[in-house]
Amino acid sequence: MLTLAALTRDELQRRFAGPGLVLRTGPFRSRIRTDIPHLIDAIALLYADYPVEDDGFADFHLTLRSARGLRRWLRPQVRFNQDGAEPFKPLPLDQAHPMFEWVMNWCVTNKAHSYLIVHAAVLERGGCAVIMPAPPGSGKSTLCAALASRGWRLLSDELALVRPHDLALVPLPRPVSLKNASIDIIRAYAPQAVFGPPVLGTVKGTIAHMRASGASVAAAGQLVQATHIVFPRYEAGAPARLEPVPKARLFMRVADNAFNYPVLGSAGFDTLGRLVERCAGFEFSYGALDDAMAVFDALPGAAP
Amino acid sequence: MNRLPLLVKVLRAPLEAASLSLPEWELLLRQAANADLTATLRNSLDEAGLLGAVPSAPREVLEWAQVVAVRHRRAARFEVDCIGRALDTIHVPLILLKGAAYAMAGLPPAAGRMFSDVDILVPKERIGEVEAALMLHGWAGTHQDAYDQRYYREWMHELPPMEHIRRGNAVDVHHAILPETAAMRPDPVLLRAAARPIPGNDRLWTLAPHDMVLHSAVHLFSEGELHHGLRDLFDLHRLLLHFDAMPDFWAGLPARAVQLQLARPLFYTLRYCARLLGTPVPPEVMALAAAAGRPPAPLLVLMDHLFLRALLPPHPSCADRFTPAALGALYLRSNWLRMPPLMLARHLFHKAFLSPRVKDEPAQAL
Repeated sequence: MLTLAALTRDELQRRFAGPGLVLRTGPFRSRIRTDIPHLIDAIALLYADYPVEDDGFADFHLTLRSARGLRRWLRPQVRFNQDGAEPFKPLPLDQAHPMFEWVMNWCVTNKAHSYLIVHAAVLERGGCAVIMPAPPGSGKSTLCAALASRGWRLLSDELALVRPHDLALVPLPRPVSLKNASIDIIRAYAPQAVFGPPVLGTVKGTIAHMRASGASVAAAGQLVQATHIVFPRYEAGAPARLEPVPKARLFMRVADNAFNYPVLGSAGFDTLGRLVERCAGFEFSYGALDDAMAVFDALPGAAP
Repeated sequence: MNRLPLLVKVLRAPLEAASLSLPEWELLLRQAANADLTATLRNSLDEAGLLGAVPSAPREVLEWAQVVAVRHRRAARFEVDCIGRALDTIHVPLILLKGAAYAMAGLPPAAGRMFSDVDILVPKERIGEVEAALMLHGWAGTHQDAYDQRYYREWMHELPPMEHIRRGNAVDVHHAILPETAAMRPDPVLLRAAARPIPGNDRLWTLAPHDMVLHSAVHLFSEGELHHGLRDLFDLHRLLLHFDAMPDFWAGLPARAVQLQLARPLFYTLRYCARLLGTPVPPEVMALAAAAGRPPAPLLVLMDHLFLRALLPPHPSCADRFTPAALGALYLRSNWLRMPPLMLARHLFHKAFLSPRVKDEPAQAL
């Protein structure tokens, strides 16, 4: 299998400029075109272990180009174009990589309706698979990055893909997006982790992406069954504490975080119902990552 | 017709899909996505018994679109039901137009088709009551600017679009199918008199088959925004194939078009349906439609150049260097057809220089 790291810089550039580079992430193939050198660098760094496909079919089509004309010199911008349509406004050129990650998520959440898609991090260890839905700002990505750097397999930082017929979690391991203070916290916590360059001044402040481990990427084809649904919340100085969530409330809270729940209709209701039925649900508050690691490693089946 | 885009080839003959390579599947699905025809394509392949033979990767993408289409159909039924309940209070029969009519009557164009608003036809003299009843049930008018209000209420054939305050779905209340200011004036009384109830439903009506085709035709061929041009042409193709089985359908179609002053759009419909989609139009019907509605030869040459570009999928692979000009010309033409020249000049001047600038909100899909 051809991986991105196996392509020379010239070959990479040739594909990005010409027919598009078809990158496989989890179950999806994305055809990517771009003329932005620092975006190519970021993709080459963060997606080095991912398969590149040649069979000529892609699910998603992304073109990110720097805006032409005076823009090029005055306030350079990146534009996302999907087959002639531009669904989003341009962003400053140095935000090309965050835009790329965001658009990749957008393609999945807007199109891939063969899954129930929950806005959640997903991690697995020894068959214990945890879905962590959480609104932005709850510390989900920080916890996700910490777990992924301590022996947990990363299935996704953003999108839990639940297959309706058998409730299998389909992995979509991609770089973990860290914001502001979290970046330095995880750099210190996981010195071996590889980061893309920090991007300042996005709508979410400073963003940096942590590369998914090679093992997580290599295991992207291994589906698992969810066992836990955990809602994390960082509270400065708080002890790590798991509190059970009753099933009915669990259902409503996961539904609130499911992007395509209304699109799936009764299939979504049914899938979510069975998922909640088979998972233990918890609220999890923590003040220190080490305490959090201990709690997660003590979940049934997850012992290191 | 080897130069037809892949999507058009497959829509006219689904068997073409049986031998596609994976790169061709990708191109087909990209064209279909831009034309809003992915779910329609899936249904065509399904009807032709070909869905099982589609390679797994493209089939997955087709199924994604089907999930959205199923949800859309469910939401549309709910929305029509709500509108019906609102109009029941004032005993106005609910005549559905276009997408909503196809969906509720289960007509072939409904399979996989999306529409962003529900169009209804009511008597002009009762339009105030209809507006009030809808407002009581949660719909509110958009376009509150004084000029827009006057534009719609005095010159157009519809109220300013109304949106439901909670669901955001839109209903377009028409009292005619063309603006008051247009040169063509199909008499809405004739349309309403011929309307027929949807079998098995005591509340919903559609236009009669001839009128349904003619309304869809006038909409497509006098509308300037042709983003859904191919979809609307495919609607017409499927309606014609469906009504083909009715004994007097073809024989009566050109005469009804003349009666409703819609001979020109009927001519374009039959011409471009046959050319692009291979619709089997009986030669004598084509001759009658041409006699009544064919434009002078030089104009027809021009229209062929414009429509044979604008009716293709809106995808870069289907465009040539004249496509933007063709779309621009048809946009101007649509305004020209809506109003007499002086009025149009005044309207465009107002829109360009006097109307307050508001950000265009994307239409909420059902």
